[in-house]
Amino acid sequence: MKKVLQGNEAIARGAWEAGVTVAAAYPGTPSSEILAEIAGYKEIAGQWSPNEKVAVEVASGASIAGARALACMKHVGMNVAADPFMTLAYTGIKGGFVIVVADDPNVHSSQNEQDSRNWARFAKVPMLEPGDAAECKDFTKMAFEISEQFDTPVLLKGETRVCHSDSLVELTERQESKVALGLDPKEASKYVMVPANVRVRRKTIETRMKELEAYADVFSRNVMEINDPEVGIIAAGAAYMYAKEAFPNYSFLKLGMVWPLPKKLIAEFFRKVKKVIIVEELDPFLETEIRALGFNVYHGKDVIPNMFELSPEIIAKSLMAEDYKEPETRVDPNDLPRRPPNMCAGCPHRALFYSLKKLGAFVFGDIGCYTLAFAPPLQALHTTICMGASIGQAYGAGKAMGKEGLGKICAVLGDSTFLHGGIGPVMDTVYNKGYSTTIILDNRTTGMTGLQEHAGTGYTLKGEPANMVNYETLVQALGVKNIRKVDPYKVKETMEVIKEEMERDDASVIITTNGPCMLHRREKRGFEYPFYAVDTDMCRGCKVCLELGCPAISWVVSEGETKDGKKRKGVVSINKSQCPGCGLCAQVCKFESIKAGA
Amino acid sequence: MENNKVTNILLSGVGGQGAILASNILAHVFVEAGYDVKKSEVHGMAQRGGDVTTHFRYGKKVYSPLIPYGGVDFLLAFELVEALRYINHCKPEARIVMNDQKILPPAVNLGLAEYPEGIPATFRQYFKENVHVVKGQEIALSLGNAQAANVVLVGAFSNFFPEIARDLWIGALMDLLPKKIHDLNIKAFDKGKETL
Repeated sequence: MKKVLQGNEAIARGAWEAGVTVAAAYPGTPSSEILAEIAGYKEIAGQWSPNEKVAVEVASGASIAGARALACMKHVGMNVAADPFMTLAYTGIKGGFVIVVADDPNVHSSQNEQDSRNWARFAKVPMLEPGDAAECKDFTKMAFEISEQFDTPVLLKGETRVCHSDSLVELTERQESKVALGLDPKEASKYVMVPANVRVRRKTIETRMKELEAYADVFSRNVMEINDPEVGIIAAGAAYMYAKEAFPNYSFLKLGMVWPLPKKLIAEFFRKVKKVIIVEELDPFLETEIRALGFNVYHGKDVIPNMFELSPEIIAKSLMAEDYKEPETRVDPNDLPRRPPNMCAGCPHRALFYSLKKLGAFVFGDIGCYTLAFAPPLQALHTTICMGASIGQAYGAGKAMGKEGLGKICAVLGDSTFLHGGIGPVMDTVYNKGYSTTIILDNRTTGMTGLQEHAGTGYTLKGEPANMVNYETLVQALGVKNIRKVDPYKVKETMEVIKEEMERDDASVIITTNGPCMLHRREKRGFEYPFYAVDTDMCRGCKVCLELGCPAISWVVSEGETKDGKKRKGVVSINKSQCPGCGLCAQVCKFESIKAGA
Repeated sequence: MENNKVTNILLSGVGGQGAILASNILAHVFVEAGYDVKKSEVHGMAQRGGDVTTHFRYGKKVYSPLIPYGGVDFLLAFELVEALRYINHCKPEARIVMNDQKILPPAVNLGLAEYPEGIPATFRQYFKENVHVVKGQEIALSLGNAQAANVVLVGAFSNFFPEIARDLWIGALMDLLPKKIHDLNIKAFDKGKETL
């Protein structure tokens, strides 16, 4: 049976068909849908882990017990998971163990653009790279077979245009793993990485790489397509799809396995084709390796961009140079008003960041929807580096500034981000006598990636009730003495609390309450009125409410006067169907012209 | 390569307008009609009020999930400025259905930018009679639910594919939508189909 599946759904399906029984991940665009899909397979114990490092540890533990296991993450998640990953390359596996790492060329929704193929070379493990959903499913299954055949973790590289593209996939039945479950204490020397054992495994890795290189030459998804004998392209994944689209008549060497490289196959391709071009996204990964083998590459990164994503026309333009005909420009798209993402109407983050802006705080920010507070009109967030970085940075800034920094510094991060990487730095702030304030925006979910559960929501990936982390007792146990709760929708009180805590010469944590994500269906928030409306008799058109950047509030030009004769250039209007009634705008209005509706 | 002609459809709109459902309907229909299909959309931050585009392609064998720039055969736009944003992506002979709806971008809301006027006329200047403006909201409201505007537009758009029987479109609606809104959406599809 054939079905249209998204790349991520196809990876999940492939894992299911391969007999996987344990899967763990932390959500991250563009990989989040894999586990969401896994949740529907009853044979797989799927779970959200607090971060990618834990996910890899969970899956590898399952593998050592003999299960086929999967861990999934976005490219930056691999930085977090690198510690266990780099050493698991030494220990090898028992049940097939596959790590999906999904890149985001063009940084559609990430804090950097890194090329995950480098991990394969770095750790000396094989990597497969599918180019569409059909390959996602097939390659996932093959990855488990390779993992068991060569006793190694296997990387499966996704990327935005593969993970989030749909294509036809042939579905087959699930095959249970042939590896027997069980833990054998006699295998300890394989899994205890103390120097004497490491040296043994270190040699094993090199032998394994030699065997994998030989396997790459016969791997069924490293495919040569000889058409035009003049020009040939070496490519993999999405880059192959784009190149094939742009130059269907050229010869191709399509690599399904991007590490290690099939040296004999590459040599054969260079013999059969006169000019060989390497088309790859981001780093010159294949090119560097192929040039190092001594081949004369006709074109590579000398013409193909080494940043952002490729597309059929970028490849065509790069290779055709002046022969490429640019399509007609009818309208300059730069003249059109952009539509950047924004916090939802009623979002608790907007209220909190409005308070921070009014206080003039320097806000060390983090990864989540609240990163949008960087943008105008709020402009109230001043750093974003990686998951959990805000807390350590705020503490460090305080150490540097001394008393000068009191009253000015805070760290802001979401509940899921706090559990991912925020516990250690709060502990550090207390232990080393820092004074910074950490604000946990508890919106009861992992918002930005699409409302995933986590250890603080009280539910598992599969929707079963579970333990719910109590942030208050948690940070208390870390040594925090000043713990406050604020309802971010009460601006005056929120500002007072934040001011007090930022001025205090001691570590503090503020937890927001009554602030579930606006898209959250399960959690209830307490808004008194169903919506707010503008009294156009009173509105002076001062635009203060527009500084909130609420999508429900708009500016209407209409020169005239208020009822009491004050001149104005326009009024604001609140879209009733969009307004959830949070009342933030009514609190910032200086002329009492925004009133509760009924 | 004429023997592997790939047809390119671009869907554009604003998050929440139902463009994703429309692209799922297209995928369903063209797979049933025996084609290879690929579609691609950017997720993540798009659900926070940003613009949403889906590249949809069908043919005997489709490689790239992305439509080459300037290669759009058919544009289905759910919002006017989101139509205009992709005018350069269209082939000169492209055929276009656009929803007669304005959703003001933030900068316009704040009075910092102007919403471009006369968007259908701009399109007609280049694409003449191949431009169709459909009152999606108005028609859907007349059927009792503005939410069905996306299916009204799909109905109008279906006229570009006379080789695809109505049954296939209706079958896609039935498979993809909950039963209690089948009648509404079948009506919305047919009303939309009548507009061209």
